[in-house]
Amino acid sequence: MRYYIKKIVSLIMVLFLVILLTFLAFQVIPGDGALAKLGVDATEEAIEALRESLGLNKSIPARFVDYFKGILHGDFGISYQYDQPVAELVAARMPATLGLALISILLIVVVSLPLGLLCSKKENGTVDNIITLLTQTLMAVPAFFLGILITLIFGLTLRWFMPGRYVAPAEDFGAFLRYMIFPATAIAVPKIAMLVKFLKTSVIRELKLDYVRTARSKGNTDRAVLWKHVLKNALIPVITFMGMVIADVLAGSIVIEQVFNLPGLGRLLVVAIGNRDYPVVQAIVIYIASVVLIINFIVDLLYQKVDPRIRLQ
Amino acid sequence: MVNDMSFLKKSKKQNKSDNTKNWQLRLGIVLVSVVTLLVVVGLFWTPYEPTAMSAALKNKPPSLTHPLGTDYMGRDVLSRVMDGAGTTFFIGVATVLIGLVLGTLLGAFTGYYGGIVDELLMRLNDTLTSMPSILLALVFVSIIGTGKYNIIIALGVIFIPSFARVVRSEYLVQKEMDYVRNAKLLGAGNLRIMFVHILPNTKSILLSTITIGLNNAILAEAGMSYLSLGVQPPDASLGRMLSEAQGYLLSSPWMALAPGMMIVLTVLGFSLISENLKN
Repeated sequence: MRYYIKKIVSLIMVLFLVILLTFLAFQVIPGDGALAKLGVDATEEAIEALRESLGLNKSIPARFVDYFKGILHGDFGISYQYDQPVAELVAARMPATLGLALISILLIVVVSLPLGLLCSKKENGTVDNIITLLTQTLMAVPAFFLGILITLIFGLTLRWFMPGRYVAPAEDFGAFLRYMIFPATAIAVPKIAMLVKFLKTSVIRELKLDYVRTARSKGNTDRAVLWKHVLKNALIPVITFMGMVIADVLAGSIVIEQVFNLPGLGRLLVVAIGNRDYPVVQAIVIYIASVVLIINFIVDLLYQKVDPRIRLQ
Repeated sequence: MVNDMSFLKKSKKQNKSDNTKNWQLRLGIVLVSVVTLLVVVGLFWTPYEPTAMSAALKNKPPSLTHPLGTDYMGRDVLSRVMDGAGTTFFIGVATVLIGLVLGTLLGAFTGYYGGIVDELLMRLNDTLTSMPSILLALVFVSIIGTGKYNIIIALGVIFIPSFARVVRSEYLVQKEMDYVRNAKLLGAGNLRIMFVHILPNTKSILLSTITIGLNNAILAEAGMSYLSLGVQPPDASLGRMLSEAQGYLLSSPWMALAPGMMIVLTVLGFSLISENLKN
Protein backbone atom coordinates (compact mmCIF):
# COMPACT_ATOMS: atom_id res chain seq x y z
CA MET A 1 0.00 0.00 0.00
CA ARG A 2 2.78 2.42 0.92
CA TYR A 3 4.33 1.64 -2.43
CA TYR A 4 1.19 2.76 -4.26
CA ILE A 5 0.83 5.96 -2.23
CA LYS A 6 4.45 6.84 -2.86
CA LYS A 7 4.00 6.24 -6.59
CA ILE A 8 0.81 8.30 -6.82
CA VAL A 9 2.29 11.22 -4.86
CA SER A 10 5.36 11.28 -7.09
CA LEU A 11 3.17 11.13 -10.22
CA ILE A 12 1.16 14.14 -9.06
CA MET A 13 4.32 16.06 -8.21
CA VAL A 14 5.87 15.39 -11.60
CA LEU A 15 2.63 16.37 -13.39
CA PHE A 16 2.61 19.65 -11.46
CA LEU A 17 6.26 20.19 -12.36
CA VAL A 18 5.52 19.61 -16.05
CA ILE A 19 2.74 22.23 -15.98
CA LEU A 20 4.98 24.69 -14.11
CA LEU A 21 7.96 24.19 -16.43
CA THR A 22 5.82 24.45 -19.57
CA PHE A 23 4.22 27.63 -18.27
CA LEU A 24 7.57 29.19 -17.33
CA ALA A 25 9.17 28.17 -20.63
CA PHE A 26 6.66 30.24 -22.56
CA GLN A 27 7.17 33.29 -20.32
CA VAL A 28 10.69 33.66 -21.72
CA ILE A 29 9.38 34.70 -25.13
CA PRO A 30 9.43 38.46 -25.69
CA GLY A 31 5.99 39.96 -26.31
CA ASP A 32 2.78 38.54 -24.86
CA GLY A 33 -0.64 37.28 -25.80
CA ALA A 34 -2.17 40.72 -26.28
CA LEU A 35 0.60 41.77 -28.65
CA ALA A 36 0.44 38.47 -30.53
CA LYS A 37 -3.30 38.76 -30.97
CA LEU A 38 -3.57 42.41 -32.03
CA GLY A 39 -0.31 42.67 -33.97
CA VAL A 40 2.36 45.38 -33.80
CA ASP A 41 0.15 47.99 -35.48
CA ALA A 42 -2.45 48.10 -32.68
CA THR A 43 -2.63 51.16 -30.43
CA GLU A 44 -1.01 51.10 -27.01
CA GLU A 45 -4.43 51.52 -25.33
CA ALA A 46 -6.03 48.61 -27.16
CA ILE A 47 -3.15 46.31 -26.18
CA GLU A 48 -3.27 47.53 -22.59
CA ALA A 49 -7.03 46.91 -22.43
CA LEU A 50 -6.68 43.39 -23.77
CA ARG A 51 -3.85 42.70 -21.31
CA GLU A 52 -6.17 43.78 -18.53
CA SER A 53 -8.99 41.52 -19.69
CA LEU A 54 -6.71 38.50 -20.27
CA GLY A 55 -5.07 39.02 -16.87
CA LEU A 56 -1.67 39.47 -18.50
CA ASN A 57 -0.65 42.47 -16.42
CA LYS A 58 -0.49 40.41 -13.25
CA SER A 59 2.81 39.08 -11.94
CA ILE A 60 4.09 35.73 -13.23
CA PRO A 61 3.27 33.76 -10.04
CA ALA A 62 -0.27 35.20 -9.99
CA ARG A 63 -0.73 34.29 -13.63
CA PHE A 64 0.51 30.77 -12.98
CA VAL A 65 -2.01 30.36 -10.17
CA ASP A 66 -4.77 31.49 -12.59
CA TYR A 67 -3.51 29.14 -15.30
CA PHE A 68 -3.24 26.20 -12.92
CA LYS A 69 -6.71 26.78 -11.49
CA GLY A 70 -8.04 26.93 -15.05
CA ILE A 71 -6.40 23.61 -15.94
CA LEU A 72 -8.01 21.95 -12.91
CA HIS A 73 -11.35 23.01 -14.40
CA GLY A 74 -10.36 21.86 -17.87
CA ASP A 75 -9.79 25.42 -19.06
CA PHE A 76 -6.57 25.94 -21.02
CA GLY A 77 -7.26 29.51 -22.10
CA ILE A 78 -8.29 30.95 -25.46
CA SER A 79 -6.45 30.33 -28.71
CA TYR A 80 -5.01 33.54 -30.24
CA GLN A 81 -5.49 32.25 -33.73
CA TYR A 82 -8.94 30.68 -33.64
CA ASP A 83 -10.51 32.75 -30.83
CA GLN A 84 -11.90 29.52 -29.40
CA PRO A 85 -11.29 27.81 -26.05
CA VAL A 86 -8.15 25.68 -26.40
CA ALA A 87 -9.85 22.75 -24.67
CA GLU A 88 -12.51 22.65 -27.43
CA LEU A 89 -9.90 22.76 -30.18
CA VAL A 90 -7.95 19.93 -28.56
CA ALA A 91 -11.08 17.84 -28.00
CA ALA A 92 -12.08 18.24 -31.67
CA ARG A 93 -8.68 16.96 -32.80
CA MET A 94 -8.60 14.05 -30.37
CA PRO A 95 -10.41 11.33 -32.40
CA ALA A 96 -7.85 11.30 -35.23
CA THR A 97 -4.81 11.15 -32.95
CA LEU A 98 -6.33 8.71 -30.49
CA GLY A 99 -7.59 6.47 -33.30
CA LEU A 100 -4.19 6.51 -34.97
CA ALA A 101 -2.42 5.66 -31.71
CA LEU A 102 -4.81 2.84 -30.82
CA ILE A 103 -4.71 1.21 -34.26
CA SER A 104 -0.90 1.50 -34.32
CA ILE A 105 -0.51 -0.06 -30.89
CA LEU A 106 -2.92 -2.86 -31.79
CA LEU A 107 -0.94 -3.56 -34.95
CA ILE A 108 2.34 -3.53 -33.03
CA VAL A 109 1.13 -6.02 -30.40
CA VAL A 110 -0.69 -8.37 -32.77
CA VAL A 111 2.18 -8.62 -35.24
CA SER A 112 5.28 -8.42 -33.07
CA LEU A 113 4.46 -10.93 -30.33
CA PRO A 114 4.01 -14.00 -32.58
CA LEU A 115 6.78 -12.84 -34.90
CA GLY A 116 9.17 -12.32 -32.00
CA LEU A 117 8.49 -15.82 -30.65
CA LEU A 118 8.92 -17.32 -34.09
CA CYS A 119 12.25 -15.55 -34.57
CA SER A 120 13.50 -16.64 -31.15
CA LYS A 121 13.58 -20.23 -32.44
CA LYS A 122 16.32 -19.29 -34.86
CA GLU A 123 19.51 -18.48 -33.07
CA ASN A 124 22.53 -17.98 -35.32
CA GLY A 125 22.62 -19.24 -38.91
CA THR A 126 21.44 -17.69 -42.15
CA VAL A 127 17.79 -17.18 -41.16
CA ASP A 128 18.87 -15.36 -38.03
CA ASN A 129 21.19 -13.15 -40.05
CA ILE A 130 18.44 -12.24 -42.47
CA ILE A 131 16.03 -11.47 -39.63
CA THR A 132 18.61 -9.30 -37.88
CA LEU A 133 19.44 -7.34 -41.01
CA LEU A 134 15.75 -6.91 -41.81
CA THR A 135 14.84 -5.67 -38.32
CA GLN A 136 17.86 -3.34 -38.25
CA THR A 137 16.92 -1.88 -41.64
CA LEU A 138 13.26 -1.37 -40.73
CA MET A 139 14.30 0.28 -37.47
CA ALA A 140 16.39 2.75 -39.49
CA VAL A 141 13.47 3.94 -41.63
CA PRO A 142 11.94 7.15 -40.25
CA ALA A 143 8.17 6.69 -39.90
CA PHE A 144 7.42 9.72 -42.07
CA PHE A 145 9.56 8.39 -44.93
CA LEU A 146 7.74 5.07 -44.61
CA GLY A 147 4.51 7.08 -44.76
CA ILE A 148 5.66 8.71 -47.99
CA LEU A 149 6.57 5.30 -49.44
CA ILE A 150 3.17 3.90 -48.43
CA THR A 151 1.45 6.88 -50.06
CA LEU A 152 3.47 6.29 -53.22
CA ILE A 153 2.91 2.52 -53.41
CA PHE A 154 -0.56 1.94 -51.96
CA GLY A 155 -2.09 5.35 -52.56
CA LEU A 156 -0.81 6.65 -55.87
CA THR A 157 0.22 3.44 -57.66
CA LEU A 158 -2.14 0.70 -56.42
CA ARG A 159 -4.92 3.17 -55.54
CA TRP A 160 -5.96 1.30 -52.39
CA PHE A 161 -6.68 4.62 -50.69
CA MET A 162 -6.92 8.28 -51.60
CA PRO A 163 -4.01 10.18 -50.04
CA GLY A 164 -5.28 13.13 -48.02
CA ARG A 165 -8.91 11.99 -48.01
CA TYR A 166 -9.47 11.46 -44.28
CA VAL A 167 -12.92 10.37 -43.10
CA ALA A 168 -14.02 11.20 -39.54
CA PRO A 169 -14.98 8.14 -37.42
CA ALA A 170 -18.40 9.63 -36.63
CA GLU A 171 -19.12 9.98 -40.35
CA ASP A 172 -18.23 6.50 -41.59
CA PHE A 173 -16.33 4.24 -39.22
CA GLY A 174 -15.44 1.65 -41.85
CA ALA A 175 -13.97 4.28 -44.18
CA PHE A 176 -12.11 5.78 -41.20
CA LEU A 177 -10.49 2.41 -40.44
CA ARG A 178 -9.69 1.77 -44.11
CA TYR A 179 -7.86 5.09 -44.27
CA MET A 180 -6.18 4.92 -40.86
CA ILE A 181 -4.64 1.51 -41.44
CA PHE A 182 -2.04 3.13 -43.74
CA PRO A 183 -0.70 5.84 -41.40
CA ALA A 184 -0.89 3.31 -38.56
CA THR A 185 1.26 0.89 -40.56
CA ALA A 186 3.82 3.65 -41.16
CA ILE A 187 4.09 4.20 -37.39
CA ALA A 188 3.92 0.51 -36.48
CA VAL A 189 6.49 -1.11 -38.80
CA PRO A 190 9.68 0.40 -37.26
CA LYS A 191 8.31 -0.31 -33.77
CA ILE A 192 7.41 -3.89 -34.73
CA ALA A 193 11.00 -4.41 -35.87
CA MET A 194 12.23 -3.06 -32.55
CA LEU A 195 9.88 -5.19 -30.50
CA VAL A 196 10.62 -8.38 -32.46
CA LYS A 197 14.32 -7.88 -31.89
CA PHE A 198 13.78 -7.12 -28.22
CA LEU A 199 11.46 -10.08 -27.63
CA LYS A 200 13.82 -12.42 -29.44
CA THR A 201 16.78 -11.45 -27.24
CA SER A 202 14.60 -11.66 -24.16
CA VAL A 203 13.30 -15.19 -24.93
CA ILE A 204 16.73 -16.49 -25.94
CA ARG A 205 18.22 -15.16 -22.69
CA GLU A 206 15.51 -16.88 -20.64
CA LEU A 207 15.90 -20.17 -22.52
CA LYS A 208 19.50 -20.42 -21.28
CA LEU A 209 18.52 -20.27 -17.60
CA ASP A 210 18.51 -23.22 -15.22
CA TYR A 211 14.76 -23.38 -14.66
CA VAL A 212 14.28 -24.22 -18.34
CA ARG A 213 16.55 -27.24 -17.97
CA THR A 214 14.65 -28.28 -14.85
CA ALA A 215 11.31 -27.94 -16.63
CA ARG A 216 12.61 -30.02 -19.55
CA SER A 217 14.03 -32.69 -17.28
CA LYS A 218 10.62 -33.04 -15.69
CA GLY A 219 9.34 -34.14 -19.09
CA ASN A 220 7.86 -30.92 -20.47
CA THR A 221 7.83 -30.52 -24.23
CA ASP A 222 9.63 -27.56 -25.79
CA ARG A 223 6.30 -25.95 -26.50
CA ALA A 224 5.10 -26.29 -22.90
CA VAL A 225 8.37 -24.88 -21.58
CA LEU A 226 8.08 -21.90 -23.88
CA TRP A 227 4.44 -21.10 -23.17
CA LYS A 228 4.16 -22.00 -19.49
CA HIS A 229 7.53 -20.97 -18.17
CA VAL A 230 9.66 -18.88 -20.47
CA LEU A 231 7.06 -16.52 -21.88
CA LYS A 232 5.95 -15.25 -18.47
CA ASN A 233 9.45 -14.16 -17.61
CA ALA A 234 10.40 -13.00 -21.08
CA LEU A 235 7.43 -10.64 -21.22
CA ILE A 236 8.45 -8.70 -18.11
CA PRO A 237 11.00 -6.45 -19.83
CA VAL A 238 8.62 -6.20 -22.79
CA ILE A 239 6.13 -4.32 -20.59
CA THR A 240 8.63 -1.51 -19.96
CA PHE A 241 9.49 -1.52 -23.60
CA MET A 242 5.82 -1.23 -24.59
CA GLY A 243 5.55 1.84 -22.33
CA MET A 244 8.33 3.48 -24.32
CA VAL A 245 6.73 2.41 -27.59
CA ILE A 246 3.40 4.00 -26.68
CA ALA A 247 5.13 7.30 -25.92
CA ASP A 248 6.96 7.02 -29.24
CA VAL A 249 3.72 6.29 -31.10
CA LEU A 250 2.21 9.51 -29.76
CA ALA A 251 5.29 11.47 -30.77
CA GLY A 252 5.39 9.72 -34.14
CA SER A 253 1.83 10.76 -34.87
CA ILE A 254 2.91 14.43 -34.72
CA VAL A 255 4.85 13.91 -37.95
CA ILE A 256 2.69 11.21 -39.54
CA GLU A 257 -0.44 13.35 -39.32
CA GLN A 258 1.34 15.80 -41.61
CA VAL A 259 2.17 13.06 -44.15
CA PHE A 260 -1.40 11.73 -44.34
CA ASN A 261 -3.16 15.03 -43.80
CA LEU A 262 -4.94 13.89 -40.61
CA PRO A 263 -6.75 16.53 -38.55
CA GLY A 264 -5.15 15.46 -35.25
CA LEU A 265 -3.32 17.00 -32.31
CA GLY A 266 0.04 16.88 -34.12
CA ARG A 267 -1.26 19.01 -37.00
CA LEU A 268 -2.80 21.43 -34.51
CA LEU A 269 0.53 21.65 -32.67
CA VAL A 270 2.60 22.24 -35.80
CA VAL A 271 0.24 24.92 -37.10
CA ALA A 272 0.09 26.56 -33.65
CA ILE A 273 3.90 26.71 -33.45
CA GLY A 274 4.02 28.28 -36.92
CA ASN A 275 1.45 30.92 -35.89
CA ARG A 276 2.89 31.52 -32.39
CA ASP A 277 -0.42 30.45 -30.89
CA TYR A 278 1.14 29.73 -27.48
CA PRO A 279 -1.94 28.76 -25.43
CA VAL A 280 -2.53 25.90 -27.89
CA VAL A 281 1.14 24.85 -27.90
CA GLN A 282 1.23 24.88 -24.10
CA ALA A 283 -1.93 22.82 -23.79
CA ILE A 284 -0.83 20.15 -26.27
CA VAL A 285 2.62 19.87 -24.70
CA ILE A 286 1.10 19.47 -21.25
CA TYR A 287 -1.40 16.97 -22.62
CA ILE A 288 1.13 14.73 -24.39
CA ALA A 289 3.59 14.93 -21.49
CA SER A 290 0.84 13.93 -19.03
CA VAL A 291 -0.19 10.97 -21.17
CA VAL A 292 3.43 9.79 -21.32
CA LEU A 293 3.84 10.16 -17.54
CA ILE A 294 0.59 8.33 -16.80
CA ILE A 295 1.58 5.48 -19.13
CA ASN A 296 4.93 5.21 -17.34
CA PHE A 297 3.05 5.13 -14.05
CA ILE A 298 0.81 2.29 -15.25
CA VAL A 299 3.86 0.41 -16.57
CA ASP A 300 5.51 0.71 -13.15
CA LEU A 301 2.43 -0.70 -11.42
CA LEU A 302 2.06 -3.55 -13.93
CA TYR A 303 5.72 -4.28 -13.60
CA GLN A 304 5.65 -4.86 -9.89
CA LYS A 305 2.43 -6.85 -10.28
CA VAL A 306 4.05 -9.37 -12.65
CA ASP A 307 7.43 -9.31 -10.98
CA PRO A 308 7.17 -9.51 -7.18
CA ARG A 309 10.94 -9.06 -6.90
CA ILE A 310 10.47 -5.33 -7.59
CA ARG A 311 8.40 -4.85 -4.44
CA LEU A 312 11.23 -5.95 -2.19
CA GLN A 313 13.40 -3.02 -3.24
CA MET B 1 35.15 -35.31 -20.42
CA VAL B 2 31.55 -34.33 -20.88
CA ASN B 3 32.39 -30.86 -19.67
CA ASP B 4 35.15 -30.58 -22.24
CA MET B 5 32.80 -31.52 -25.06
CA SER B 6 30.21 -28.98 -24.09
CA PHE B 7 32.93 -26.40 -23.81
CA LEU B 8 34.04 -27.14 -27.38
CA LYS B 9 30.50 -26.97 -28.66
CA LYS B 10 29.91 -23.68 -26.96
CA SER B 11 33.06 -22.12 -28.30
CA LYS B 12 32.12 -23.15 -31.82
CA LYS B 13 28.75 -21.52 -31.40
CA GLN B 14 30.43 -18.48 -29.92
CA ASN B 15 32.67 -18.33 -32.96
CA LYS B 16 29.75 -18.39 -35.29
CA SER B 17 28.02 -15.55 -33.50
CA ASP B 18 31.31 -13.62 -33.52
CA ASN B 19 31.36 -14.02 -37.28
CA THR B 20 27.88 -12.60 -37.71
CA LYS B 21 28.84 -9.71 -35.43
CA ASN B 22 31.82 -9.17 -37.66
CA TRP B 23 29.94 -8.90 -40.93
CA GLN B 24 27.36 -6.65 -39.36
CA LEU B 25 30.05 -4.38 -37.98
CA ARG B 26 31.78 -4.37 -41.37
CA LEU B 27 28.56 -3.56 -43.21
CA GLY B 28 27.94 -0.72 -40.76
CA ILE B 29 31.43 0.70 -41.28
CA VAL B 30 31.07 0.43 -45.08
CA LEU B 31 27.70 2.24 -45.02
CA VAL B 32 28.92 5.01 -42.75
CA SER B 33 32.11 5.43 -44.81
CA VAL B 34 30.20 5.71 -48.10
CA VAL B 35 27.77 8.25 -46.65
CA THR B 36 30.55 10.24 -44.98
CA LEU B 37 32.54 10.22 -48.22
CA LEU B 38 29.55 11.65 -50.10
CA VAL B 39 29.17 14.38 -47.49
CA VAL B 40 32.87 15.27 -47.36
CA VAL B 41 33.17 15.37 -51.16
CA GLY B 42 29.96 17.42 -51.22
CA LEU B 43 31.65 20.08 -49.09
CA PHE B 44 34.11 20.81 -51.92
CA TRP B 45 32.51 19.54 -55.07
CA THR B 46 29.06 18.50 -56.30
CA PRO B 47 28.28 17.33 -59.86
CA TYR B 48 26.13 20.44 -60.38
CA GLU B 49 25.45 23.57 -58.38
CA PRO B 50 22.84 22.33 -55.79
CA THR B 51 20.72 25.45 -56.34
CA ALA B 52 21.12 25.75 -60.12
CA MET B 53 17.64 25.66 -61.69
CA SER B 54 16.78 24.78 -65.24
CA ALA B 55 13.38 24.98 -66.89
CA ALA B 56 14.35 22.43 -69.54
CA LEU B 57 15.35 19.79 -66.98
CA LYS B 58 12.27 19.75 -64.72
CA ASN B 59 11.31 16.38 -63.15
CA LYS B 60 13.70 14.29 -65.28
CA PRO B 61 14.12 10.65 -64.17
CA PRO B 62 17.58 9.32 -63.27
CA SER B 63 19.90 9.26 -66.28
CA LEU B 64 23.61 9.17 -67.02
CA THR B 65 23.98 12.94 -66.72
CA HIS B 66 21.79 13.17 -63.60
CA PRO B 67 22.25 9.83 -61.75
CA LEU B 68 19.42 10.54 -59.26
CA GLY B 69 17.27 12.62 -61.62
CA THR B 70 16.23 16.25 -61.27
CA ASP B 71 13.57 17.92 -59.11
CA TYR B 72 10.58 20.17 -59.89
CA MET B 73 12.87 23.15 -60.43
CA GLY B 74 15.30 21.23 -62.61
CA ARG B 75 17.93 20.99 -59.88
CA ASP B 76 20.21 17.94 -59.76
CA VAL B 77 18.98 15.60 -56.99
CA LEU B 78 22.37 13.97 -56.32
CA SER B 79 24.00 17.37 -55.77
CA ARG B 80 21.17 18.39 -53.49
CA VAL B 81 21.36 15.15 -51.49
CA MET B 82 25.12 15.66 -51.00
CA ASP B 83 24.53 19.24 -49.91
CA GLY B 84 21.52 18.44 -47.73
CA ALA B 85 23.22 15.48 -46.07
CA GLY B 86 26.07 17.88 -45.23
CA THR B 87 23.69 20.11 -43.28
CA THR B 88 22.05 17.12 -41.61
CA PHE B 89 25.46 15.69 -40.62
CA PHE B 90 26.68 19.05 -39.36
CA ILE B 91 23.62 19.36 -37.15
CA GLY B 92 24.04 15.76 -35.92
CA VAL B 93 27.71 16.16 -35.01
CA ALA B 94 27.28 19.58 -33.38
CA THR B 95 24.29 18.34 -31.38
CA VAL B 96 26.10 15.26 -30.13
CA LEU B 97 29.14 17.36 -29.19
CA ILE B 98 27.00 19.64 -27.00
CA GLY B 99 25.26 16.68 -25.40
CA LEU B 100 28.53 14.78 -24.97
CA VAL B 101 30.57 17.56 -23.36
CA LEU B 102 27.89 18.96 -21.06
CA GLY B 103 26.36 15.54 -20.34
CA THR B 104 29.74 14.04 -19.45
CA LEU B 105 30.56 16.92 -17.10
CA LEU B 106 27.17 16.68 -15.44
CA GLY B 107 27.28 12.88 -15.19
CA ALA B 108 30.85 12.90 -13.88
CA PHE B 109 30.16 15.38 -11.09
CA THR B 110 26.82 13.90 -10.01
CA GLY B 111 28.08 10.32 -10.19
CA TYR B 112 31.30 11.07 -8.37
CA TYR B 113 29.96 13.30 -5.60
CA GLY B 114 26.39 12.06 -5.26
CA GLY B 115 24.26 13.81 -2.65
CA ILE B 116 21.07 15.82 -2.88
CA VAL B 117 21.97 17.65 -6.11
CA ASP B 118 22.53 14.28 -7.75
CA GLU B 119 19.19 13.01 -6.49
CA LEU B 120 17.29 16.06 -7.78
CA LEU B 121 19.03 16.15 -11.14
CA MET B 122 18.41 12.47 -11.72
CA ARG B 123 14.71 12.87 -11.03
CA LEU B 124 14.59 15.69 -13.58
CA ASN B 125 16.63 13.52 -15.92
CA ASP B 126 14.19 10.61 -15.63
CA THR B 127 11.26 12.85 -16.47
CA LEU B 128 13.05 14.46 -19.41
CA THR B 129 14.30 11.22 -20.93
CA SER B 130 10.83 9.67 -20.72
CA MET B 131 9.49 12.47 -22.93
CA PRO B 132 9.56 12.01 -26.71
CA SER B 133 12.52 14.07 -27.93
CA ILE B 134 10.59 15.53 -30.86
CA LEU B 135 8.07 17.04 -28.44
CA LEU B 136 10.84 18.68 -26.38
CA ALA B 137 12.53 19.88 -29.56
CA LEU B 138 9.27 21.45 -30.77
CA VAL B 139 8.88 23.27 -27.43
CA PHE B 140 12.39 24.68 -27.81
CA VAL B 141 11.83 25.69 -31.40
CA SER B 142 8.57 27.45 -30.61
CA ILE B 143 10.44 29.49 -27.98
CA ILE B 144 13.78 30.24 -29.65
CA GLY B 145 12.70 29.95 -33.30
CA THR B 146 13.61 27.71 -36.23
CA GLY B 147 16.81 27.57 -38.31
CA LYS B 148 20.00 25.53 -38.36
CA TYR B 149 21.63 26.91 -35.20
CA ASN B 150 18.47 26.94 -33.11
CA ILE B 151 17.93 23.26 -33.97
CA ILE B 152 21.47 22.51 -32.82
CA ILE B 153 20.87 24.28 -29.50
CA ALA B 154 17.49 22.59 -29.00
CA LEU B 155 18.63 19.05 -29.78
CA GLY B 156 21.97 19.53 -28.01
CA VAL B 157 20.30 20.50 -24.76
CA ILE B 158 17.79 17.68 -25.12
CA PHE B 159 20.58 15.11 -25.49
CA ILE B 160 22.40 16.21 -22.31
CA PRO B 161 20.33 13.99 -19.96
CA SER B 162 20.93 10.77 -21.89
CA PHE B 163 24.71 11.29 -21.89
CA ALA B 164 24.66 12.39 -18.24
CA ARG B 165 22.77 9.25 -17.25
CA VAL B 166 25.19 6.88 -18.98
CA VAL B 167 28.29 8.64 -17.63
CA ARG B 168 26.86 8.91 -14.12
CA SER B 169 26.12 5.21 -13.81
CA GLU B 170 29.63 4.43 -15.04
CA TYR B 171 31.16 6.80 -12.44
CA LEU B 172 29.08 5.21 -9.70
CA VAL B 173 30.73 1.86 -10.43
CA GLN B 174 34.22 3.12 -11.17
CA LYS B 175 34.61 5.32 -8.10
CA GLU B 176 34.46 2.25 -5.82
CA MET B 177 37.22 0.45 -7.71
CA ASP B 178 40.65 -0.22 -6.32
CA TYR B 179 42.51 1.94 -8.82
CA VAL B 180 40.56 4.98 -7.69
CA ARG B 181 41.33 4.25 -4.04
CA ASN B 182 44.93 3.77 -5.02
CA ALA B 183 45.05 7.11 -6.80
CA LYS B 184 43.50 8.77 -3.75
CA LEU B 185 46.14 7.24 -1.48
CA LEU B 186 48.81 8.57 -3.78
CA GLY B 187 47.35 12.03 -3.24
CA ALA B 188 45.55 12.63 -6.55
CA GLY B 189 42.90 15.37 -6.37
CA ASN B 190 39.24 14.70 -7.11
CA LEU B 191 39.30 16.49 -10.44
CA ARG B 192 42.37 14.56 -11.52
CA ILE B 193 40.72 11.26 -10.53
CA MET B 194 37.52 12.16 -12.34
CA PHE B 195 38.99 13.25 -15.64
CA VAL B 196 42.41 11.62 -15.86
CA HIS B 197 41.75 8.28 -14.16
CA ILE B 198 38.05 7.46 -14.58
CA LEU B 199 37.09 9.22 -17.83
CA PRO B 200 39.24 7.03 -20.14
CA ASN B 201 37.46 3.97 -18.74
CA THR B 202 34.07 5.20 -19.93
CA LYS B 203 35.32 5.28 -23.53
CA SER B 204 33.57 2.18 -24.87
CA ILE B 205 30.22 3.06 -23.33
CA LEU B 206 30.48 6.63 -24.59
CA LEU B 207 31.27 5.44 -28.10
CA SER B 208 28.03 3.49 -28.40
CA THR B 209 26.05 6.35 -26.83
CA ILE B 210 27.58 8.71 -29.40
CA THR B 211 26.49 6.60 -32.37
CA ILE B 212 22.96 6.24 -30.97
CA GLY B 213 22.94 9.99 -30.32
CA LEU B 214 23.99 10.72 -33.91
CA ASN B 215 21.12 8.59 -35.18
CA ASN B 216 18.60 10.29 -32.93
CA ALA B 217 19.87 13.70 -33.98
CA ILE B 218 19.65 12.84 -37.68
CA LEU B 219 16.12 11.45 -37.30
CA ALA B 220 14.96 14.38 -35.17
CA GLU B 221 16.40 16.97 -37.56
CA ALA B 222 14.82 15.21 -40.55
CA GLY B 223 11.43 15.06 -38.81
CA MET B 224 11.49 18.71 -37.78
CA SER B 225 12.68 19.97 -41.14
CA TYR B 226 9.97 17.85 -42.73
CA LEU B 227 7.44 19.76 -40.59
CA SER B 228 9.11 23.01 -41.83
CA LEU B 229 10.07 23.73 -38.22
CA GLY B 230 13.73 22.85 -38.69
CA VAL B 231 16.30 24.02 -41.20
CA GLN B 232 15.06 26.98 -43.24
CA PRO B 233 15.87 27.82 -46.87
CA PRO B 234 18.36 28.57 -48.41
CA ASP B 235 19.90 25.76 -46.28
CA ALA B 236 19.05 22.34 -47.75
CA SER B 237 18.51 19.31 -45.52
CA LEU B 238 17.33 15.77 -46.10
CA GLY B 239 14.10 16.40 -44.17
CA ARG B 240 13.28 19.55 -46.15
CA MET B 241 13.90 17.72 -49.43
CA LEU B 242 11.42 15.04 -48.36
CA SER B 243 8.75 17.58 -47.53
CA GLU B 244 9.28 19.34 -50.88
CA ALA B 245 9.18 16.00 -52.69
CA GLN B 246 5.80 15.01 -51.33
CA GLY B 247 3.94 17.25 -53.77
CA TYR B 248 5.65 15.57 -56.72
CA LEU B 249 5.41 11.94 -55.63
CA LEU B 250 3.52 10.81 -58.72
CA SER B 251 5.54 12.71 -61.34
CA SER B 252 9.02 12.30 -59.81
CA PRO B 253 9.24 9.77 -56.97
CA TRP B 254 13.08 9.83 -57.11
CA MET B 255 12.92 13.25 -55.45
CA ALA B 256 11.66 11.56 -52.27
CA LEU B 257 13.49 8.25 -52.60
CA ALA B 258 16.98 9.76 -52.79
CA PRO B 259 17.01 11.78 -49.54
CA GLY B 260 14.91 9.11 -47.77
CA MET B 261 17.32 6.30 -48.66
CA MET B 262 20.23 8.51 -47.61
CA ILE B 263 18.68 8.80 -44.12
CA VAL B 264 17.96 5.06 -43.95
CA LEU B 265 21.49 4.05 -44.97
CA THR B 266 23.10 6.48 -42.53
CA VAL B 267 20.96 5.45 -39.58
CA LEU B 268 21.37 1.75 -40.46
CA GLY B 269 25.14 2.14 -40.67
CA PHE B 270 25.46 3.83 -37.29
CA SER B 271 23.09 1.42 -35.56
CA LEU B 272 24.91 -1.64 -36.93
CA ILE B 273 28.17 -0.20 -35.61
CA SER B 274 26.85 0.68 -32.16
CA GLU B 275 24.96 -2.60 -31.86
CA ASN B 276 28.01 -4.75 -32.54
CA LEU B 277 30.51 -2.55 -30.75
CA LYS B 278 28.66 -2.93 -27.47
CA ASN B 279 29.55 -6.59 -27.11
